[in-house]
Amino acid sequence: MSSTILISGGTLPDGKKSDLLIKDGVIAEIATTIKAEGAEKIDASNAILLPGLVDLHTHLREPGKEDAETVESGSRAGVKGGFTALSAMANTSPVADTAGVVEQVFRLGQSAGLLDVFPIGAVTRGLEGEHLAEIGAMADSVARVRVFSDDGHCVFDPLVMRRALEYVKKFDGVIAQHAQEPRLTQGSQMNEGVVSSQLGLKGWPAIAEEAIIARDVLLADHVQSRLHICHLTTAGGVEIIRWAKARGIDVTAEVTPHHLLLTDELARSYDPVFKVNPPLRTESDVMALREALADGTIDIVATDHAPHPAETKECEWQEASFGMLGLETALSIVNKTMVETGLMNWATVAERMSYAPARIGRYASQGQELKVGAPAHIAVMDPTQLFRVDRDLVASRSRNTPFHGMELPGRILATIFAGRVVFEGSHA
Amino acid sequence: MRHLLSIADLSKSDALQILNTAEELARVSDGPMKKLPTLRGRTIVNLFAEDSTRTRISFEAAAKRLSADVINFSAKGSSVSKGESLKDTAQTLQAMGADAVIIRHSASGAAQRLADSQWMAGSVVNAGDGTHEHPSQALLDAFTIRKHLAHGGDDLTGLHIAIVGDVLHSRVARSNVLLLTKLGAKVTLVAPPTLLPVGVESWPVSVSYDFDSVIASVDAVMMLRIQLERMTELFFPNAREYSRYFGLNRDRLKRMKPNAIVMHPGPMNRGLEITADSADSARSVILEQVTNGVSVRMAILYLLLAGSQEIGASE
Repeated sequence: MSSTILISGGTLPDGKKSDLLIKDGVIAEIATTIKAEGAEKIDASNAILLPGLVDLHTHLREPGKEDAETVESGSRAGVKGGFTALSAMANTSPVADTAGVVEQVFRLGQSAGLLDVFPIGAVTRGLEGEHLAEIGAMADSVARVRVFSDDGHCVFDPLVMRRALEYVKKFDGVIAQHAQEPRLTQGSQMNEGVVSSQLGLKGWPAIAEEAIIARDVLLADHVQSRLHICHLTTAGGVEIIRWAKARGIDVTAEVTPHHLLLTDELARSYDPVFKVNPPLRTESDVMALREALADGTIDIVATDHAPHPAETKECEWQEASFGMLGLETALSIVNKTMVETGLMNWATVAERMSYAPARIGRYASQGQELKVGAPAHIAVMDPTQLFRVDRDLVASRSRNTPFHGMELPGRILATIFAGRVVFEGSHA
Repeated sequence: MRHLLSIADLSKSDALQILNTAEELARVSDGPMKKLPTLRGRTIVNLFAEDSTRTRISFEAAAKRLSADVINFSAKGSSVSKGESLKDTAQTLQAMGADAVIIRHSASGAAQRLADSQWMAGSVVNAGDGTHEHPSQALLDAFTIRKHLAHGGDDLTGLHIAIVGDVLHSRVARSNVLLLTKLGAKVTLVAPPTLLPVGVESWPVSVSYDFDSVIASVDAVMMLRIQLERMTELFFPNAREYSRYFGLNRDRLKRMKPNAIVMHPGPMNRGLEITADSADSARSVILEQVTNGVSVRMAILYLLLAGSQEIGASE
């Protein structure tokens, strides 16, 4: 299967221009000029070479919602966005709360064969927040689950959260919390603020996120376990994470590409393509999130890629599903919001989108520096090429991208997974 | 503009044009021949996905006085309540050749969704969308206020109007705040803090938690309907306490300025936000609001469908 690939003239995350030779699934040589007869050649002379991106938060919808996405279609969307690993969220049907379901998802990922699919296990049975799911069995399964999350639902009961945090210490797992105080967000439709009040849409106050984060960093400290905060959206949440890290609490946090770019002003269209949970916030939240991602308070970018079939978005706002696509545009959004703005360099992008998420998920084979001997998981991206997002051309089975029609900087030229070219973009 | 979705889309002159047209049409309605041939052959659909008898019959009367064909499509027994999507309903109405759809819907933004989509080509009139807006109600309220209090003036400059009650959930309040201030009035919102929207400080209004401190200085009070389920949602302790602090009663009525008027969009909860004697007092213009509603809705349909002059053409 594996072949010899020569990537020539690319720029490594540290800024050095190098040729890079891949043989038998690993990086065989990195040098200024490499000659390799018979190798498949990729011209990367305008491109950045990044370690294959790792997404810690993906909804692949299979099993149960195959009209929205499958493991295979989600994998294709992933490699198109430069990812070589996805983490399949547990809110499928049936819920990924047993070893059987996580093994099924894991095997579907292997048979698609485009990238690594790491299943996330549910924290509680049926995501109901009451009884622990078969956490140990999932950890011991073929899928070797290390990340547990009830994403879509908050693990609200403080005792359940405490026990979950304690229990996963047995195998160095982590609880990824969807921080949403349920009573303060009943029926919520969008960020609570000036815009929601004008639009007459029920608000989702920032405090409902911050209150849970505050509680959970204290719990994680108390039981000395690992906590990860999913999709952080508020300036207040950033402050709490910053405080917790300063205290030495073992907490990590993620931000989505859409929360780095879009604001609640977009709800004025009442177009549910902008409806997402947690909701789009204000400009000042966006700026706080960017700053926190740059300084490391927020550890990673995770997509929260959430495909939905057309009929659940072609309707009234309050009837519509929450969620937006993210895989195919993530790196371009980060380029636009973080690199082009001078907040981050490519080395930091590699950290936030590859090394750190792989560390949090304990994905040993992923998130490694591009050096000789490392597995050849590589994203080749031309950061200067502009492309217009077209929802009719996505690899995902769904079309709910909020970036439709937007011109974004940065095109993935190729994605290499385990030494194989799994995606090759057209050279414009 | 082909639609009437939000007061925010209207310029001051658009709004005045509607009010002035309504005044002309009211004169016709007062005459012996109530009916005008203007919209003969046009089909107007009343799409009421939420119960509202009074708004529906008001629009129906308005359309019929302009000789339009009116089809009533109400939620009960219709496909909307059977789970048909708004898109399918709209496409069905389009296939039937509706020239305009008057939509009442429990979802905020439903009217705008209908207008912005490619689902249908006709005009869309928002007859109340969730807790967002109810533009025709605000226009009829402004019409009523102008008639009583503007002393021949064109707009509402110099008038002070209190909107009292559940502002948070009120589409009537949202549309009125936009329209009355656009027409030059000073607006004070009176409500318990729980029933005021977050960010109300950015609205062009004053806010008071104390009805008694406001009542003597206003030219009109607009009482909002309070729904009893707000009590179980913890917005206030009980009906008695709500009435005591925010209800219009005989004592407050007495303290009003000599010519001040009492308004209510209906339907009223007598004994809750308004006592029977206040509702039936000489200050009350509540029934007149209903009458004016027909003229104002005639004006809206007339301007959207009949003339070359378009509402909002200036924007």
